[in-house]
Amino acid sequence: MADLQTLGSALLTLGLVAVAVVLSLYERLDLEKDIGIAVVRSFLQLAAIGYVINYIFGLKNIGAVVLLLAGMVLFAAWTSARRASDVPQAFLVAAVAVGVAAVSTLGLLLMLRIVPATARYLIPLGGMVIGNSMNAASLTMTRIRDDVAEQRPKVEAALALGATSRQAVAPILRTALQRALIPLIDATKTTGIIFLPGAMVGMIIAGADPLEAVRLQIVVLYMLLGSVSIAAILVGTLSYRSFFTQRHQLRATQNNS
Amino acid sequence: MASTRIEVSGLGYAVGGVEILKSVDAAMPGGEITAVVGPSGAGKSTLMRAINRLIEPSSGEIYLDGEPTSALDPLELRRRVGMVFQIPALFGDSVEEAVLYGARLTGKDADPVRLLEIVGLDASLAGRDPQALSVGQQQRVTMARALALEPEALLLDEPTSALDEAARRRIEELVRDLNARLGLTMVFVSHDLAQVERVADQVLVLADGRNVGAWAKDDFYSGAGERARQFIAGRL
Repeated sequence: MADLQTLGSALLTLGLVAVAVVLSLYERLDLEKDIGIAVVRSFLQLAAIGYVINYIFGLKNIGAVVLLLAGMVLFAAWTSARRASDVPQAFLVAAVAVGVAAVSTLGLLLMLRIVPATARYLIPLGGMVIGNSMNAASLTMTRIRDDVAEQRPKVEAALALGATSRQAVAPILRTALQRALIPLIDATKTTGIIFLPGAMVGMIIAGADPLEAVRLQIVVLYMLLGSVSIAAILVGTLSYRSFFTQRHQLRATQNNS
Repeated sequence: MASTRIEVSGLGYAVGGVEILKSVDAAMPGGEITAVVGPSGAGKSTLMRAINRLIEPSSGEIYLDGEPTSALDPLELRRRVGMVFQIPALFGDSVEEAVLYGARLTGKDADPVRLLEIVGLDASLAGRDPQALSVGQQQRVTMARALALEPEALLLDEPTSALDEAARRRIEELVRDLNARLGLTMVFVSHDLAQVERVADQVLVLADGRNVGAWAKDDFYSGAGERARQFIAGRL
């Protein structure tokens, strides 16, 4: 247990990354630079958050926890908005969606006293909620953006028949939300059979009672399903509007004469 | 269905700093077929989209029987002025659903069998998958779908450009037939002068975002509009 936590052995797992890099070079996948960036960034970010969490644990101040979670929401929104370039006000949309998802699910867990209001629970659970909601937000926004561009003639045909923006974009919204939610729904359905989720694996390795690990994992799964759905649906409802004017017109692009 | 007169006054539209329509004045008489003709990039489609309020004009006004349309709810306006595009886009799993799409949005009663008959399609097609129809048949369905809303006018933006010669001729006949039977005001965008001669009562010539002139068909082909026709024929 103890030697697993030393930096040296953590670095040894880099050998596995080296295999990925060699494969990438051999197959000309052009991924080695991205892998390198991912390795360095994840190391620095995890090391930093480790110290931050340690520091906040020491503070025993719930305000500091809330502040850290708010920072995570903003960073998630920024990441998501960069992914969804060309979506007007993407940052605001993502911030609202991820923020509401985090507050409502964590709030519910606290209200129902399922988890105690301590940094030890709120930070890791919040991280999971925010990270997964961010992915759903990015997927939903990019999908809507691409489909609106690609299906312009269809959207305009519906508008020309007196459909509202919402009615005209409904098939696109449906597909985008399905694409964003189906992976998590499927993962939830098959959990325990095909794969053991991370939180549970971590707890079992750390020596916890498997039944206790299952109890927490169920909480985590439902929390993720709820928060990701909330984030995706909010992103869908908020972001489609930005492609239309108040008068139910698709916003102009440069090449429609 | 009424035969509403469409008038356009000082209509301008610019996007990304490019002026596509430059203060266009034009009239499309009620109950007649006005062909809008001009080289590509002349602003023909943009004019149709402005009348249907799919785009917001930068300046000017569009009138339906003298009533300014800028104050109207765009959704209501679009139900009053139907539009058919170059490429048919149909919604739903059956031809019947596709025909009723617009009518169902507003809870309007419409008879799909009668509508299919009006556009020359057999009622037995009602249950078919619209994607399985030929493009010419699909274009008829889009016309039936527009007619389901009982519009005062119908804008047709190059409705035959995706069709082969035989299907093109049949759509032209259908347009003349609908105009005769329903007295519907129609605006027909085309870049084919032979087609314009077969379909139109009036000809409106656009070039470079401006109205070059408007003529009764006979004048355009043999009278005062002759020079404009020859000028435009060389640029199509």
